[in-house]
Amino acid sequence: MPAPSRELPWFPGAILAALVLTAVFAPYLAPQSPTEGDITQKLIPPVWMERGEGRHPLGTDRFGRDVLSRVIYGSRISLVVSLLAIGLSGTFGTALGLISGYRGGFTDSLLMRFTDIGLSLPTILIAVVLVAVSEPSFRNVVLVISLLLWPRFARQIRGETLGIKEQDFVALAVVAGRSSTWIISRHIFPNVVPTLLVISTLQVGYVILLEGTLSFLGVGVPPPNPAWGLMIADGRGFLATAWWITLFPGVAMLLTVLAVNLMGDWLRDHLDPKLRQLGSRAETEPAAIEPVPEARPRGAAAGADGG
Amino acid sequence: MWRYLIGRALQTLLSMLVVISIVFFLTRLSGNPVHLLLDVNASERDQQILMHHLGLDKPLPVQYGIYVMNIFVGDFGNSVLTRRPVTEHIWERLPATVELGFVAMFLSVLIGVPLGMYSAVHRGSMLDSAARVFAVLGQSMPAFWLGLMLILIFAVVLGLFPAGGRGGVENIVLPAFTLGYFTSAAILRLTRSAMLEVLGSDYIKFARLKGLHEQIVLWKHGLKNALLPVVTFAVMLFVQFLGGAVVTETVFAWPGLGRLILESITTRDYPIVQAGVLVLSALYLVGNLFVDVLYSYLNPRIRHARA
Amino acid sequence: MAAAPLLVVEDLKTHFFTRRGVTKAVDGVSFTLHAGETLALVGESGSGKSVTCLSLVRLVPEPAGRIVGGRVLLEGEDLLTKSPGEMRRVRGKKIAMVLQDPMTSLNPALTIGTQVSEVVRLHQGLRGGALRERVLSALRRLRISAADTRLGQYPHQFSGGMRQRVSSAIGLSCEPRLLIADEPTTSLDVTIQAQYLELLKEVQAAAGVAIILVTHDFGIVAAIADRVAVMYAGRIVEMGTTLEVFNNPSHPYTRALLRCLPDVGLGRQQLVEIGGQPPDLSRLPAGCPFAPRCPERQSICEEQSPPTVSVGDGHLAECWATKAVGSQQ
Ligand SMILES: Nc1ncnc2c1ncn2[C@@H]1O[C@H](COP(=O)(O)OP(=O)(O)OP(=O)(O)O)[C@@H](O)[C@H]1O
Ligand SMILES: [Mg+2]
Repeated sequence: MPAPSRELPWFPGAILAALVLTAVFAPYLAPQSPTEGDITQKLIPPVWMERGEGRHPLGTDRFGRDVLSRVIYGSRISLVVSLLAIGLSGTFGTALGLISGYRGGFTDSLLMRFTDIGLSLPTILIAVVLVAVSEPSFRNVVLVISLLLWPRFARQIRGETLGIKEQDFVALAVVAGRSSTWIISRHIFPNVVPTLLVISTLQVGYVILLEGTLSFLGVGVPPPNPAWGLMIADGRGFLATAWWITLFPGVAMLLTVLAVNLMGDWLRDHLDPKLRQLGSRAETEPAAIEPVPEARPRGAAAGADGG
Repeated sequence: MWRYLIGRALQTLLSMLVVISIVFFLTRLSGNPVHLLLDVNASERDQQILMHHLGLDKPLPVQYGIYVMNIFVGDFGNSVLTRRPVTEHIWERLPATVELGFVAMFLSVLIGVPLGMYSAVHRGSMLDSAARVFAVLGQSMPAFWLGLMLILIFAVVLGLFPAGGRGGVENIVLPAFTLGYFTSAAILRLTRSAMLEVLGSDYIKFARLKGLHEQIVLWKHGLKNALLPVVTFAVMLFVQFLGGAVVTETVFAWPGLGRLILESITTRDYPIVQAGVLVLSALYLVGNLFVDVLYSYLNPRIRHARA
Repeated sequence: MAAAPLLVVEDLKTHFFTRRGVTKAVDGVSFTLHAGETLALVGESGSGKSVTCLSLVRLVPEPAGRIVGGRVLLEGEDLLTKSPGEMRRVRGKKIAMVLQDPMTSLNPALTIGTQVSEVVRLHQGLRGGALRERVLSALRRLRISAADTRLGQYPHQFSGGMRQRVSSAIGLSCEPRLLIADEPTTSLDVTIQAQYLELLKEVQAAAGVAIILVTHDFGIVAAIADRVAVMYAGRIVEMGTTLEVFNNPSHPYTRALLRCLPDVGLGRQQLVEIGGQPPDLSRLPAGCPFAPRCPERQSICEEQSPPTVSVGDGHLAECWATKAVGSQQ
């Protein structure tokens, strides 16, 4: 990221646009069915290799399913899971953060204790166990990810609310006899929207990686769905002979997460300078750079060095 | 400072209880392990006997009470499959996980700190840009996919390292790098921004005004301050490696605790799953607590603070 | 004065090259300073005082800032042509500097002892007991009590005033010829300020060190400066002995500054705003930079740079409206 510029960064912007278009128009773009394959056509290499066929530009997997088509449809899963999970946890976390920050006092202490506990859990481990035990399904993946994600929203929105609460227009509304609900929804919420947007974007990459990890471990979206993580797990046994099954979904995932992270960093720098200390928290393996208690300098954590 | 630490310790305990509860109720609410253990044709009576033997016929709250009590005396029960004490299984696998986490942390610090330093001091140089690309990629790369790609390149194609298993030094290179890449990227960004902040400070200016050699200014006056967040972060990472080792261990067939948990999920060996998750979570939570204590100790300002 | 001056600055120019253009932060500053003398540098915020000071020790923030011209002669040697290594032997040894904020200028991760002794060891080559003695005497000279127990303490265990004394002790520990103090008391309490300045004067009398003191406070100027230089837009627009400048301010800008003070010499009046905006240093007008705000503006002021006019013994002003007294320099 060179010196931050005013314009939307073209690289992540283009990738994200392509991704959304791909997801929306998957049925028109995909040359074959993503879930059905011709077993006689199995393990065909990409078109530019010897034995490659034009019908399968990126080759086929062990059931003869078209890799390109699966990667294209896979974008839908990543996108829908992250939209749903972030929608759910964002709504819940924001509501909690607003109430906690606005009410203060005992409510605040109680809710923030919960949030801290939520933040302190080892995310991946809990997610694996939760999904595994509750039967892997699309719905459970979304629910479990949301369950692990809301504290991040709650914490940040609460902090923001504390600041906004002190401003004159809120005091005026209180004097005018407005109800708390009215003040929160009309005065405070609109002011946290930029922050909300930034956190949401920064979490998208994290959700995509988490969903991929769960699918890879066999506790995510169940087969035969063309989830990228699942495809990578599928290709594992054929690394030596049919690497293309593993390579392409991974590249798709990498590009997507990269684009979202770059976009998130850019949004953070431009929408909301206050948030500079947040980094793109896209983590897979080390469960997360979990938010750190106040005593530690967060500034640097994952380096928002802006320029 | 003591008040803060005691508060943190209490919070850690609470988090642990939350984990215990999640694990307990989830494993109990999902399928009955008796069905898995016994033949499909087993009589109702046989099932009853086994349920009684496993304590599964008692009311849920009672089971929970017994469970928590047992945990506090270190009794996790026996494996449903092997009938051996769960603690034995855990002890067998734990060293491998700790070993991998340790090497990965060492590697990430070794890569991340010097690169981050260089990036900050030579801000805007070619190597700075390269280091930042390395960092952004690291934060966007699905770890399981990176692992597979490393296997493809270094084990399958080049034959330099074994593709999996635990044994000599050559076995740990690929898994440690996979686990460490993401974190070395995070450490790099952290070091870079911490160092940039330090380099802009008055005391660095003052150190130069004293006529000190630039190397002394950087390494003695600069690094020492920049390192404070980095050291605590590195320890935190190690802790997170423990919490999230499932993925890398799976990819590289590394016989650690994470893989044991995943295997036990497929065989529905719940006592092992429970104990494994609890042990990893406990390490994770206690480790994070330790990080806070370490941070308070390393920072003279907090160390000397009364109250 | 008969003795050769300690410091001669000739036509010093330091510019910042930024994306928005070239900022002429210091644009032709000249002055001389004798051993043991105190020169106060005053002027509005942004007039280039700090950059002038940093230029003398060649620590202008890089890469944007560069010294683009002039000479800085310390005891006859030009500092601007020295190698980085030679320059390091000047800093801390011959020229020391104290910064404005005592809370941030000491390293929070190192003990006071380390921070004082490293500079003594470097420049005086002392080791062991001799080093320790020297460090202690440096601290004691600035009236830091219980110096030996304080060696092991960290900056945060000191008050602001104490820290500023520690910084000064560090600065003065190697017997420099020149101490540059950039607003050393701005962030201190009034009483602490007075104490600190007393101490500085005392140490100066004993060690014979010359001082360049940057300040916004004419009370301080009156109290300790032998001479005053008034800076505006990167130039010294008036310079003379403190008495001369106070009694006979010869530049409209100086008069405006002094008029803002109800009672010079009493209290610590800050420079009150004078009308108009300080100039944009990257887009200076032709002619006198003060012209747009000047109550005595003439048409020539906006066309040509003003001449340097001598208005008394060593008292100079850069203005079209000022009448020369005696011969022009
Ligand atoms: N690092 C920098 N980059 C770009 N421009 C700078 C930099 N430092 C200073 N300047 C410019 O140099 C000019 C002079 O700054 P300087 O700090 O010397 O002012 P000053 O007289 O010390 O003011 P103050 O009383 O506020 O300390 C300022 O107008 C500023 O625009
Ligand atoms: Mg200044």
